[in-house]
Amino acid sequence: MKLLFNYLIFPGFLFSACVGLMAGWLERKVSARVQWRKGPPWHQNFTDIIKLTSKETILPEGAKWTFLLAPYFGLVSAVLAATMLGLALIQPGLSPSGDLIVLLYLLVMPAAALIIGASGSGNPLASVGASREMKLVLGYELPFILAVVAVVIKAGGSISLGEIVAFQAGSGSFLYSFSGFLALIVIIFCAQAKVGFAPFEVSEAEQEIMAGALIEYSGLSLAIFKLTKAVMLYTMPLFLSVLFLGKDLSFGMLTLKFIIFLVVMILIKNTNPRLRIDQAMRFFWGPVTIIALLATGLALLGK
Amino acid sequence: MDLKTKALTKSIWVFHISTGSCNNCDIEILDLLTPRFDVERFGIQLIGSVRHADVLLITGVMNKKSVPLVKKVYSQAPRPCLVVAVGQCALSQHMFRDSYNVGEPLDKILPVDLYIPGCPPKPEAMIAGIVKLVNKIRGDDGDKRVNQRKA
Repeated sequence: MKLLFNYLIFPGFLFSACVGLMAGWLERKVSARVQWRKGPPWHQNFTDIIKLTSKETILPEGAKWTFLLAPYFGLVSAVLAATMLGLALIQPGLSPSGDLIVLLYLLVMPAAALIIGASGSGNPLASVGASREMKLVLGYELPFILAVVAVVIKAGGSISLGEIVAFQAGSGSFLYSFSGFLALIVIIFCAQAKVGFAPFEVSEAEQEIMAGALIEYSGLSLAIFKLTKAVMLYTMPLFLSVLFLGKDLSFGMLTLKFIIFLVVMILIKNTNPRLRIDQAMRFFWGPVTIIALLATGLALLGK
Repeated sequence: MDLKTKALTKSIWVFHISTGSCNNCDIEILDLLTPRFDVERFGIQLIGSVRHADVLLITGVMNKKSVPLVKKVYSQAPRPCLVVAVGQCALSQHMFRDSYNVGEPLDKILPVDLYIPGCPPKPEAMIAGIVKLVNKIRGDDGDKRVNQRKA
């Protein structure tokens, strides 16, 4: 019963979705201010979701059964990731060993759901989006995992979020070391790709392939995808704060760190043009992987 | 007025169809997204896929090639979906009325909810039109109409 409460209300679905939608509003507002506009009101993303649920859901001709199932698959995994991260913060002592590994798997699932759904929709532009998303996942997973490995090495080989937080509470945040700093740079770029922000939004490029993977989705299914994105937008900055600034995780400080990481990601989004998929791959497998390897090496040396 | 209708009027996603316009209206439409007018503060967004659309925004005169395409695009949009005609060409076929390749007028093909005249209409005129559309959806008349479309 308590697990169900944790999963559905706090810190799971309801909480993470609400915070994620507010984070989405912050993204739109900061983007608007960067472009010298006024920006939408705070409830805009909630309004969008409510409106989408009232719209018709169209099943395109030739769509497979995975088309309607994929959004739920992505949302369930993203919410599970948010719940695990939240529980590790609330009760660090009770966090199970190896939940970091599970979290890494769960964070890939929304991208997998997008690929499955787009492939099931039978639309050529959606398949272009799906193939780009697939390549992007292949690109960013390698440096992402390498950077997380650097953090694990620094935490004395612990693969539990609770222990990583406890270790940082004892010996200071990982950000203030060479390897931690390099790993943070790597993970911010990977997080950018994971939440689908520019410069790595090729799979949902609105101008070239008309929303790409999401092209055939309408109504409730689209709302579920937007919610998945919101939950990811809540999870990734929180994950960054836990891994790299885990020293003081009281409510106020955690909120501050969350907003700082979020705003950094938003500013990267607003100051960079969209990369082509080959440029993104070259970027991730080239400089980013090298930095991640460097971070891992430095972590092994204890720097 | 229920919550869903209110949400619809606060978050209008626009799909833009040019049925053979001279691009003048289209440029004025893009003006609405610039810092000077910024319709995103009312939740209005231009979107890429017709499956996400709440409003089809149609510019230009309907010629014989674009008539079947516009019908197809309208049938692909999820209900409730409103249609807005922008510019004199979409309204009255303007100076192309007697041309050899002009098809049927727009409102003989689709149920048009809002006409915005002008060649091209000013951005202010379009915003005034959007306000009228929102009032229409929120008012009794508009409410009924949206519900009828849904059914």
